[in-house]
Amino acid sequence: MSAAPIELPRWADIALVPLISVAASLLVAGLVVIGIGENPLLATTLLLKGALGSVEGLSFTLYYATNFIFTGLAVAVAFHAGLFNIGGEGQASVAGIVLTFACLGLAPLPGFLLVPLAILAAAAGGALYAFVPGWLQATRGSHVVITTIMFNFIAANLSVYLLVEVMRKPGSMQPESAEFARHAILTPMHILLAPLGLKLPDTPLNSAFLLALAALFAVWLLIYRSRLGYEIRTVGANPRAAAYAGISPAQITMIAMAISGALAGGLAVNEVMGVQHRLTLDFTAGYGFVGIAVALMGRGHPAGVGLAALLFGVLYQGGTELSFDQPKITRDMVVVIGGVIILFAGALEGLFRRFTAAGLALARKG
Amino acid sequence: MSDAPAPAIELVAISKSFGPVQANKDVSLSVAAGSIHGIVGENGAGKSTLMSILYGFYEADSGEIRVGGKPVSIRSSADAIAAGIGMVHQHFMLVEPLSVVENVVLGAEGGARLKAGISQARTELARLAQDYGLVIDPDAIVGELSVGLQQRVEILKALYRGAEILILDEPTAVLTPPEADQLFALLRALKAQGKTVILITHKLREIMDATDTVSVMRRGEMIAHVRTAETSPAALAEAMVGRRVLLRVEKAPRQRGRPVLEVAGLSVRDERGVERLSEASLTLHEGEIVGIAGVAGNGQSELLEVLAGLMQPSRGVIRLGGAILNAGDRTPSRLRRLGLMHIPEDRQRMGLVTAFPAAENTILGYHRDPSFGRGPLLSPSRIVAHALAGIEAYDVRPADPTLKTAKFSGGNQQKLVLAREIERAPKVLLVGQPTRGVDIGAIEFIHRRLIALRDAGVAILLVSVELDEVMALSDRILAMCGGRITGERQAETADEKDIGLLMAGVGEAA
Repeated sequence: MSAAPIELPRWADIALVPLISVAASLLVAGLVVIGIGENPLLATTLLLKGALGSVEGLSFTLYYATNFIFTGLAVAVAFHAGLFNIGGEGQASVAGIVLTFACLGLAPLPGFLLVPLAILAAAAGGALYAFVPGWLQATRGSHVVITTIMFNFIAANLSVYLLVEVMRKPGSMQPESAEFARHAILTPMHILLAPLGLKLPDTPLNSAFLLALAALFAVWLLIYRSRLGYEIRTVGANPRAAAYAGISPAQITMIAMAISGALAGGLAVNEVMGVQHRLTLDFTAGYGFVGIAVALMGRGHPAGVGLAALLFGVLYQGGTELSFDQPKITRDMVVVIGGVIILFAGALEGLFRRFTAAGLALARKG
Repeated sequence: MSDAPAPAIELVAISKSFGPVQANKDVSLSVAAGSIHGIVGENGAGKSTLMSILYGFYEADSGEIRVGGKPVSIRSSADAIAAGIGMVHQHFMLVEPLSVVENVVLGAEGGARLKAGISQARTELARLAQDYGLVIDPDAIVGELSVGLQQRVEILKALYRGAEILILDEPTAVLTPPEADQLFALLRALKAQGKTVILITHKLREIMDATDTVSVMRRGEMIAHVRTAETSPAALAEAMVGRRVLLRVEKAPRQRGRPVLEVAGLSVRDERGVERLSEASLTLHEGEIVGIAGVAGNGQSELLEVLAGLMQPSRGVIRLGGAILNAGDRTPSRLRRLGLMHIPEDRQRMGLVTAFPAAENTILGYHRDPSFGRGPLLSPSRIVAHALAGIEAYDVRPADPTLKTAKFSGGNQQKLVLAREIERAPKVLLVGQPTRGVDIGAIEFIHRRLIALRDAGVAILLVSVELDEVMALSDRILAMCGGRITGERQAETADEKDIGLLMAGVGEAA
């Protein structure tokens, strides 16, 4: 469409439009719930209660949100450079493999060295695996959307091969690596907070959550406050102006993809090092793809990504609880809601912007 | 003339708003049948909106359109065509791989079978050629025609659809002076046959030459309707801007210094291997403005881009301050450090990131400068302070560095670019289309700045498709055609006709 972009006040852009998108998606999901003969209000209450109603539920919500923060940031950073990185799944898979080699291979090292090194290894693995499509686009013109999708399949098959043939624990039938040593894992939150006198239930929430919060801040600093971020945004907004300014779009493409892949590696840190304590097959579980929705909803801004990640955390955790209480509503419902949100927040965003603009104009007149 | 001939077109109290912006405010206009009527105004004065309403692209919020005395409702271009209104857009709406006749019938094929429509069009084209002297080969491929001929195809398209009223939007922007003269001869022929012509332009000379009556628009309102014979360019300019303007900058004789930029045998090929610049040689001295005259697309853009380090030459040598620039020096950032600054031809696609706030654009290309932050980080407060200084010095309005750049007018965007580049004390300044899409008031300001810079000893290479601008500012003029420099003239003795011939590639030996 050649229509001019619709200008909205900043607050409407950041808060109102995403809120309308979510409300519309929940409405559609509510219709589906009615369609299968359940009460949507009851379902919503159960969902929210399951996600936010208890310390345990909240801990699970934040654990899911950790994954979404990393994958959402990964997509957001690439967005700013005008790149659509769909390869979060593959990058996290490779990060998990490298991470596992580090955790198992560097086991003789003490924890305070091993843990940071392993996290860096995961970031490096993800970065390298995203750098290759970036390099291909910069030098050969192969579009990252295509190559990152293909790289997802390569990574998935590589994982199967390695877990079956190379990394499998001797004597085990499971396609899993050996378990990490006790000093090679991230501290669970209930242990981390115990010295402060806080008694938390035993949940998958671990210190990777704090790393995710740090990543939110670091990405904000990078994109909006650093010279490199300025270059990334310039390339994303106007590659010709970037070339004029002496910024190499090819170079920025590779750098932005590498940073994006490193952030996707955070998913492996949370899942493999923080929760499973071993490499398992398919630990990425679609979090990489949901990251696209998170980044779209958050409009690429770390604050927005944080809020959108929390929302998806609520949906995941609440959806799980809901499917326990109401067996007719399976966890697939959450996938449906997620899909509708992607549709509304991403593809149909212009629609809501138009409505919002018209509504605001009306409010100003009236 | 009959007693009370109904005007060909009458617009009564047309108003149109886009959000809070009122593009047309209670505009009325009456154009007599069989006349050439000019509409002038600065950018954003509302000329294009008004014509878009007349041609059915927009619908007016209020007001009435009358054609031949009868009120009509024009909601689409099909309605406009049915009412006998034809439009020739500034950017042609032609399908280049198709032939002339195929373009003419496009959208008016007259049935499912193409052959009948085409043969009918052939007969009609032959008739039009005879009536108006609009001779053109109906089987020529449009993409292979010159720009002037492509414009003829656009006019033929409108006439074929039975247009009695022809609207031309900035028709001479892409033409050489001889082509423009031909166009005006054609318009007079159309007028002689009883057609009505509305000419939108910002070139006052064309208004004076070609029109019978003229209307002036300013800020969405009609300011004046006058008979062309009873007005003058200065009076029109004053009406457009709302104050007295100097149409021609005054400049002192140049103090030419040492040569700073020397170019010998420079050639450039594009991605497809086509040579866009051939064997260009020129020397730029301190304290002079060298203007490149040429119709758009004749190698001037490539010359600017290769000198700015944005394209790599296939042959030739560039010396800056006596030293040969090797491949490592020919990058935009290195050239900036060597004192060669560049104001690009297309500020919106190259000179600015329009999605950024104005402040961030004032550091584009200089964002690695240590004064804008600490280490890898940028300091927003320092950037804003820097932007404010530039905004004040160049009178950018509104003076708000946090405002999105796209929201500034063309003239103010250009001032942002100018402030950024000039402030860095260039030794050589490459300037492309400094006043394209800029209103008259800002043109005067920009011209004065460039002259002041030249008087301060800067070497300036000026590329502009506005021959008037090249003639007014330059000390020496080089004409380009087909990627070659076809001649050089001293500005004081230069003759517009002579330069027009050089731009067209004739009289090269002279």
